[in-house]
Amino acid sequence: MFDFLDSGQYDVLGAFWVTVQLTLYSAVGSLIWGTVLVGMRVSPVPLLRGFGTAYVNLVRNTPLTLVVIGCSLGLSQTLGINLGGETFKETGFRLAVLGLIAYTGTFVCEALRSGINTVPVGQAEAARALGLSFFQVLTLIVLPQAFRAVVAPLTNVLIALTKNTTVAATIGVAEAALLMKEMLENEAQAVFAVFAVFALGFVLLTLPTGLLLGWVAKRVAVKR
Amino acid sequence: MKISKAAAAAAVAVALSLTATACGGSKQDASSDGGASGGAKDKIVVGIKYDQPGMGLKTPDGKFTGFDVDVATYVAKELGYQPDQIEFKQAVSAERENLIANGDVKFIVATYSINDKRKEKVDFAGPYFLAHQDLLVRADDTSITKAEDLNKKKLCSVTGSTSAQNVKTKLAPEADLLEQGGYSECLTGLENKAVDALTTDNSILAGYAAQEKNKGKFKLVGLNLSNENYGIGLKKGDKELQTKINAALKKMVEDGSWQKAVDKNLGPANFKSEPAPQITEGS
Repeated sequence: MFDFLDSGQYDVLGAFWVTVQLTLYSAVGSLIWGTVLVGMRVSPVPLLRGFGTAYVNLVRNTPLTLVVIGCSLGLSQTLGINLGGETFKETGFRLAVLGLIAYTGTFVCEALRSGINTVPVGQAEAARALGLSFFQVLTLIVLPQAFRAVVAPLTNVLIALTKNTTVAATIGVAEAALLMKEMLENEAQAVFAVFAVFALGFVLLTLPTGLLLGWVAKRVAVKR
Repeated sequence: MKISKAAAAAAVAVALSLTATACGGSKQDASSDGGASGGAKDKIVVGIKYDQPGMGLKTPDGKFTGFDVDVATYVAKELGYQPDQIEFKQAVSAERENLIANGDVKFIVATYSINDKRKEKVDFAGPYFLAHQDLLVRADDTSITKAEDLNKKKLCSVTGSTSAQNVKTKLAPEADLLEQGGYSECLTGLENKAVDALTTDNSILAGYAAQEKNKGKFKLVGLNLSNENYGIGLKKGDKELQTKINAALKKMVEDGSWQKAVDKNLGPANFKSEPAPQITEGS
């Protein structure tokens, strides 16, 4: 039943490696972008607050497929912005990472904002009383505590991101979902076996992530 | 406040259960229609593509056009069904075998190439059309004349399709291949000069080139990069239906309806059609 795996025709591990790379780059990027966004959303400047709120509500509610196809059709093919990539393989990967960061950043932002709400107001007030600026209060006092509170929700975002990378197949990034389409085209007699292989692959990627970060979340949580 | 919340929750629950039952209901209808081996003369369910102009296309006003649709209608007529008794069902490439095996459709006419792996799960009638992998380029582009020219070109095809795999493994491994979700996305790139050529079966390409909004923009290069024999997929072991469909196809070619359907659907793109292929399946 699974003999199509032995034919040497399909590089399943290679495809999943691209999935892992997509996940890692997008995770780092969206963590940074999400932190910047949450900084905007809690900042005292109304313009920044407005931009942060508008961006999060707009992008979070746009389907990821639209965001990613928009990057490919809109940015790359119509406007010619290729992010420095030479071949479609490179540009596709970069555009997919851009789209995933733009989308996942909003969820990171919202998770962090809930984390900020767990930090007692007295902490910020005390920091202000010491004469720290807004930026110092945020980066030295509030965010470090907020991050420790939201490891578990961020894990969920990371797992969702891992699965969302399959959307990159629509713009031709050679990751797991694209290989699956190829295999379904050729191995129509073993549709469920193909599905099983890829489902198992994603479970193997996400389950350890969940277990590991769940343990981390327990270790670093601030006991109040 | 409490009441409105409860009402909202109830509304959501009702909506969910309705959609759930709706899904189950329609599936059951389809299978009973398609599986009833033509005994009940009410409806026949036929699988076609919804997104391939020229071959199988569902227009925004809910009508179906294309060569596959014409063939399906003719075959159904020969089986004793009037056009208003045909119910078309979308047959996405990856789902075709299961639609047939589960009895959701009676047969499938959807640019379905006959090959040995597929024959493990379904039987074919036909072939009713011989297509070749070909290239679509901008009308003023003369730089591509053979497959090797592609090695320095930007090329577009659909994710996972046989044509895309052919390019990667055989035709032009050096080509810069972009795999998109659908051919329409590729056309956008072709028009904007982001890609130089679009590759798949010439029947599908001709359908796109013949579309009203694309007239004069694109042309087929006319290479025969592969042979794709389109067959009509049907349940494995249903010899009776296979014989009937083969007879219907033969009649369609003999009385000239076949050529008429080709000219009508693919003609506007200067598509040089070949004569109908010999029927090889099930003899």
